[in-house]
Amino acid sequence: MQDLGIKVLFMGSNFERLLDGLWVTIHISILSVLLSILLGILLGIVMTSKNIVVKAVTRVYLEFVRIMPQLVLLFIVYFGVTKTFGLHLNGETSALIVFTIWGTAEMGDLVRSAIISIPKHQRESGLAIGLNSSQIYRYIIIPQTLIRLIPPAINLTTRMIKTTSLIVLIGVVEVLKVGQQIIEANRYTVPNATLWIYGTIFFLYFFTCWPISLLAKFLEKKWKVN
Amino acid sequence: MEKNEKVLEIRHLSKDYGKGAILKDVSLDIHKGEVVVIIGPSGCGKSTLLRCMNGLESIQGGEILLDGNVITSGKTNWSLVRQKIGMVFQSYDLFPHLTVMDNILLGPLKVQKRDKKEVEKEALTLLKRVGLGEKTKAYPRELSGGQKQRVAIVRALIMHPEIMLFDEVTAALDPEMVREVLDVMLELARAGSTMAIVTHEMQFAEAVADRIVFIDGGEILETGTPEEFFKMPKTERARKFLDTFKF
Ligand SMILES: Nc1ncnc2c1ncn2[C@@H]1O[C@H](COP(=O)(O)OP(=O)(O)OP(=O)(O)O)[C@@H](O)[C@H]1O
Ligand SMILES: [Mg+2]
Repeated sequence: MQDLGIKVLFMGSNFERLLDGLWVTIHISILSVLLSILLGILLGIVMTSKNIVVKAVTRVYLEFVRIMPQLVLLFIVYFGVTKTFGLHLNGETSALIVFTIWGTAEMGDLVRSAIISIPKHQRESGLAIGLNSSQIYRYIIIPQTLIRLIPPAINLTTRMIKTTSLIVLIGVVEVLKVGQQIIEANRYTVPNATLWIYGTIFFLYFFTCWPISLLAKFLEKKWKVN
Repeated sequence: MEKNEKVLEIRHLSKDYGKGAILKDVSLDIHKGEVVVIIGPSGCGKSTLLRCMNGLESIQGGEILLDGNVITSGKTNWSLVRQKIGMVFQSYDLFPHLTVMDNILLGPLKVQKRDKKEVEKEALTLLKRVGLGEKTKAYPRELSGGQKQRVAIVRALIMHPEIMLFDEVTAALDPEMVREVLDVMLELARAGSTMAIVTHEMQFAEAVADRIVFIDGGEILETGTPEEFFKMPKTERARKFLDTFKF
């Protein structure tokens, strides 16, 4: 019977296993997002430098990471680096490295454009009322940079969470992999498990990313500048 | 209060950006309570001159004195000097992430470390004086251009500057908002403020100025009372410039 398919979710510890898988996804996402934010802020500040060499190097890095599909990066790190240098990286570590490399590049570019989008006049108005350089950063430049940064940074975060679904392809047992395992195990007993499992995964992703998107919209409205 | 006391003295100032002089041997004294209006064709160096006065531009020659002290020697505490020289720019330059009140409080609280209660009270008084008593909690994006410029004026005034510099503060405004801003400046002038004003509003210049300074090509070509300058300009270039305002 059609409606019996749902029972697959509650057989044994299936639902718990899915949540565990989701946790792997979230865990990798959170770590790589945090690292990307920290490194991206540094990179972004470096990218506003007027030094031509610095500009060129950071530009090449950014373009390289953008052009490469994330899957290719994952394969390069997981298979390539492991084989070539004899380092043994497990799937999760490889994923963390790749997502941080990617996230840092994207975040760096966001930070860079947020900083340069603040008009020169803002700084001068600060100077004109007697603020010194560090006060101008603290009270004028940084708050405005953050306001401009938060919506795109959150957007990047949800993109990173979604893209973690690729790591199933380097053998990491995350939510998608768990789902496949459950479907495999119940192929004969619950033939339509596919729909229920993938449907559940759909909602798990949705309820992970949706609040983040809502937060982005909320902050965007609240802090709308001009 | 002696009328002849010099607030700002500019002596043989020269400025260039690397390709040719922008200001050439400019000398100008501004006395206490005096309103000096600087006019001249676009690109002649008016903004540059004002920016040099509060250290936003480096200078290549000459010196500037504030209250008899040289401020262009390299050892200047600009934060201190800029508290004494208020400046309002052409573009709306309020801080967009702060309310009107917080825009005004930033300088007094963070730079002058004044008491918050006292400054808030003064801010409100000043805002009322420019007709914006109800806008303390508004954000700049909620204000019209004219209102923004009036807030910018208050933000400069609250520092209790000895002299105010105005760089074409109405040039970016819609025509119907020009008046409200000029009225504020006119009132300041009548109340005895020391001001240096760059403007393209000739009637306003005539009404507000104690002295007109005409600049062309980076040089002061003429100074005089508004009557002298507008009725019988001494130089051919000043006459030509004034003609461009006639239809
Ligand atoms: N940062 C800069 N670098 C190089 N040249 C500059 C710079 N700022 C201004 N100039 C040049 O200096 C000259 C004087 O400019 P300034 O802005 O002082 O003119 P202005 O009299 O204020 O003109 P306007 O009436 O259009 O505002 C102009 O020729 C301008 O191109
Ligand atoms: Mg100008």
